[in-house]
Amino acid sequence: MEKDIIRVRNLTKKFGDFVANDQLTFEVKKGEIFGFLGANGAGKTTAIRMLCGLSKPTSGEMEVAGFDAYTQTESIKKNIGYMSQKFSLYDDLTIWENIRFFGGIYGLSRSAIRDRSKEMLTRLGIVNLSNRLIRDIPPGWKQKIAFSVAILHKPQIVFLDEPTGGVDPVTRRQFWDLIYEAIDQGITVFVTTHYMDEAEYCHRLSMMVNGRIVALDSPEALKQRFGSISMNDVFVQLARTGEKSS
Amino acid sequence: MNAISIHNLHKSFASNRAVDQVSLNIDRGELFGLIGPDGAGKTSLMRLIASLLLPDSGSVHVFGFDTRRDYRSIRKQLGYMPGRFSLYPDLTVEENLHFWATVFGTTIDRHYHLIEQIYKPLEPFKKRKAGQLSGGMKQKLALSCALIHSPSLLLLDEPTTGVDAVSRMEFWDMLQGLKGKDMTLLVSTPYMDEADLCDRIALMQQGKILSAGNPHHLRTQFIGRLWEVKTPQIHPLKQRLNAHFGREVAHLFGQCLHWTSQADMSIDKVEQVLEQFHIPIDSLREIEPGIEDCFIQIARS
Repeated sequence: MEKDIIRVRNLTKKFGDFVANDQLTFEVKKGEIFGFLGANGAGKTTAIRMLCGLSKPTSGEMEVAGFDAYTQTESIKKNIGYMSQKFSLYDDLTIWENIRFFGGIYGLSRSAIRDRSKEMLTRLGIVNLSNRLIRDIPPGWKQKIAFSVAILHKPQIVFLDEPTGGVDPVTRRQFWDLIYEAIDQGITVFVTTHYMDEAEYCHRLSMMVNGRIVALDSPEALKQRFGSISMNDVFVQLARTGEKSS
Repeated sequence: MNAISIHNLHKSFASNRAVDQVSLNIDRGELFGLIGPDGAGKTSLMRLIASLLLPDSGSVHVFGFDTRRDYRSIRKQLGYMPGRFSLYPDLTVEENLHFWATVFGTTIDRHYHLIEQIYKPLEPFKKRKAGQLSGGMKQKLALSCALIHSPSLLLLDEPTTGVDAVSRMEFWDMLQGLKGKDMTLLVSTPYMDEADLCDRIALMQQGKILSAGNPHHLRTQFIGRLWEVKTPQIHPLKQRLNAHFGREVAHLFGQCLHWTSQADMSIDKVEQVLEQFHIPIDSLREIEPGIEDCFIQIARS
């Protein structure tokens, strides 16, 4: 039977009178790539912060990796991975120092850090670069390394917040190959992106408008429902409805 | 006369060649796109044009003025919107606009017609501090401030990075509105799909210009035939094709595979190749390459 890694029921977050997340209800299934889409300011970041255990809901239920949003945020943090375009690795540490730092934070033993980083650097073909400072690594490579570091502790789920922004087209596709490899290892992937071709690589997509989830389905089903040939068109149609109602 | 003429330009930071042997002419009144990933050298090139960086060698002329010698003349005619939000967060919307007008020795009223369309949605918030605006509004304010002295050349460094698909379309509509107002626009972007909104583009990677011209012209330079294949087993098919030809001939584009074959390969031959993999094919057709297809081909060669 398929297990849910994320279960959210009527999840709401308010800042004063402002309702940033309004009664979100959805599941993320084990082993799927779940795309979390929405216009800027739709409330994606607020939701991700709650899902990562960094902020508490105003009301509603939420379970991530089997842990509760109100009482077990520390356990949530230990069982997830996270990376974004804005924050990934420390520029003034080497690749190896970053691995040791993040491995240590997630409580991996010295030998586990050594074994897994060796395996990872070999797989990426960058063993000879391990003493290079991150700032000297090309941006596309940095994102690939950041992703590998974010799943070094074998989390149940990894959150990727615009992981491929500004990355060249070839490296962007290689990054998605890494995502599929992670799926093969049983890691669930939760991803946001502004590239609509990448939205098509997800198993299921949710679309957020003005703090609400207004659509959730597979890319194919969404395109059929909106009579569109591309996800870009679906996105524009949905986001525009939000503009009218606000 | 060209708005911008760049000749054999080099700029390095330590061992990093940020701009490497770039030559480029941009006509007056053009909407020109610099397209490439992070680290391609787009920002450095823009800062060299803005006279904020000096060339190691080579030259940049803006409206005939040399960026080394005549930078004062250039800067008067220049509007520059950097990638990072660079207005004063603790001044109000109105104060920021007033500040930039004053710096350039003009008033908000004199050129208000230029920014009216862009600034109008901000008017109700003109007493709000700039730091407290939403992302979209910050962008409109920054564009207004860059335009308030009626520049002849507008440089926009990645105005749409991290911006959602709908807001990106709106921003390009604003730029189209500015065109034809005796203004040259140079816009950088990592989004390949924005190439078709420009009159001409340059594709950049690792400090070099890979190719330049109008987007249609760049497409005609594509080598080989491009096939769009749909299949329920997209990853296995991609791997089989790449293994069969011993190089990366197929790339994912959403739920389709784009496969570049040799120019002389007929559709019968294409079907033969696909059949031998015993993977079900939903559809197969030849398509025109997009700029992203072109970029991948040129960047790999």
